Amino acid sequence: MRLQNVCDRWLPWAAGCGMIIALYCIFLVAPTERDQGIVQRIFYFHVSSAWTAFIAFGTVAFTSGCYLWSGKERYDQVAQSAAEVGVLFCSFVLITGPIWAKPIWGTYWQWDPRLTQTLILWTIYVSYLMLRAFGGRDDLVRRWAAVLGIFGVIGIPIIIVSVRLLPGIHPAVLMTKEGTSGLPDPRMRLALYVTAFAFLLVFTWMVHLRTRLQRVADRIAMMQADLRAG
Amino acid sequence: MLAILWKDLRIEWRTKEMLTSFGMLAVLLVLTLSFAHEAVAGPEHSGRVAGALWVAFVFAGMLGIQRSLLLERENECVSGLLLSPVDPGEIFLAKLLANVAMLALMQLLILPLAVVFMAADVGGHLGTLVLVMGLGNLGFAAIATFFAGVAARTRSREVMLPLLILPLLLPLVILAVKATGAVLDGGGVSDVGPTLTYLVAFDVMYCAAGWLLFEYVVRE
Repeated sequence: MRLQNVCDRWLPWAAGCGMIIALYCIFLVAPTERDQGIVQRIFYFHVSSAWTAFIAFGTVAFTSGCYLWSGKERYDQVAQSAAEVGVLFCSFVLITGPIWAKPIWGTYWQWDPRLTQTLILWTIYVSYLMLRAFGGRDDLVRRWAAVLGIFGVIGIPIIIVSVRLLPGIHPAVLMTKEGTSGLPDPRMRLALYVTAFAFLLVFTWMVHLRTRLQRVADRIAMMQADLRAG
Repeated sequence: MLAILWKDLRIEWRTKEMLTSFGMLAVLLVLTLSFAHEAVAGPEHSGRVAGALWVAFVFAGMLGIQRSLLLERENECVSGLLLSPVDPGEIFLAKLLANVAMLALMQLLILPLAVVFMAADVGGHLGTLVLVMGLGNLGFAAIATFFAGVAARTRSREVMLPLLILPLLLPLVILAVKATGAVLDGGGVSDVGPTLTYLVAFDVMYCAAGWLLFEYVVRE
C-alpha cells in the first residue's frame, strides 16, 4: 500500500505541473511551423493523446490476460479503468485530428490508414465499455470483457496491414519515409516529449483514481450481495 | 397517455441504455457502410458490387448466427454440452463449422442475385472468387460464433452482438471487399495475393483465439 500512498499524494501534483510545463513548451518554447502556422500546435496534444491511448489499450490487453490467468479482481479493475481512460484519449485523437485536418487537408476526414486504424480501435474499446455497462457485474462479464480486450489487441496487426491497402496522406511524425525527422526543430521535439510525458502522468493518475473507485464499487456490490443472502 | 409517454422518456433519460446502445449501433452501421462503399471500394462498379455483397453478408449472417445460438439457449443445450466430456475448444470448432456451412449456403444465394441485379461479372475467375468468399466466411463465422454465446446472455442481447463484433469485423470487411472487387474486375489469384494472405492470417488468428478462449466464455 506504500505505492498507493505515494500515488495519492504526489501524482496529482506531478501531473498538474507536467501539464503546465507542457503548455509552456507548446506555446512559448516551440516555434510556429512555417507552412501550417499556429494550427500545427494542436499536433502536440494530438500525438501525445495517441501514444497515451495506445499505452492504455496495451494495458487493457495485458491486465485482461493476467485476469484470465490468475482470476484476481485487481487486474480486472485496472483493465476496466485503462479501457475507459484509453477511450477518452482516443476520442481526443479523433477530435483534434479533424480540427487540424480541416485547414490543412481541406476536409475533416480522409480514409487514410492511420485515421481508419485509430477509428477501428476506438470502436473496439467503446464496445468493450458497452459490454461492461450492459452485461452486469458478475464474474462472467469480467471474463467476457477480458476476452474481448485480448481479441481487440490480437487484431491490431491485421488492422495495420489491412488499412495499408487504403491510400495514405497522414504526415509522418518522427521518421519520414526518407529517414529524416518529421520535426526539424529540436525545440519542437522537446515540446512533444514533454507533452507526451505529462499526458502519461495524467493517464496514470486517472487510471489510479478510477481503479480505486472501481474497487470501492466492487466491495459495495459484494456487501449488498452478502446482505441479500442474509 | 401522456403519463405513459412521460414515464418512458424518463426511464430512458435515467438509464440512457437505449440511447447509448442504439446510438453506438447506428454509428457502427454507418461506419461499416462507409467502409464498404467509400473507403475501400472507390468509384468503380466492381467495387460497389463487392461492397454491397459483403454488407448484405455481414448483416444477414449476424442475424442468422444469433438465431442459432438463441435456439440452443432456449432448450438448455449449452449446459448439456458443457456437461459432456468434450473440450470447450472442440464445441467451438463444431459450432464454427456448422455456421460456416450455413453462411456458405447464404453466399450461394446472394451471389447469383449480384449477377442478375448488379451485372457482376463472375465468369472470369470463379475459383478465386469462391476462395475469397470462403475465407471471408470463415473469419466472419469465427468472430460471430465466439461472441454470439456472449451476447445471448447479456441484458440487451439483440443489440449486443453487432456492438461486439462489428468493430472486430471492420478489418475483414476492408480485406474482403478489396479482394472481391479485384476479382470482379478480372483479377486472378496473383492479383489478390497479399490480400488473400492477410485474410488467411485473420482466419487463423481468430479461429485459434476462439478455440483457446471459448472455455472462458461458456463456463458458468
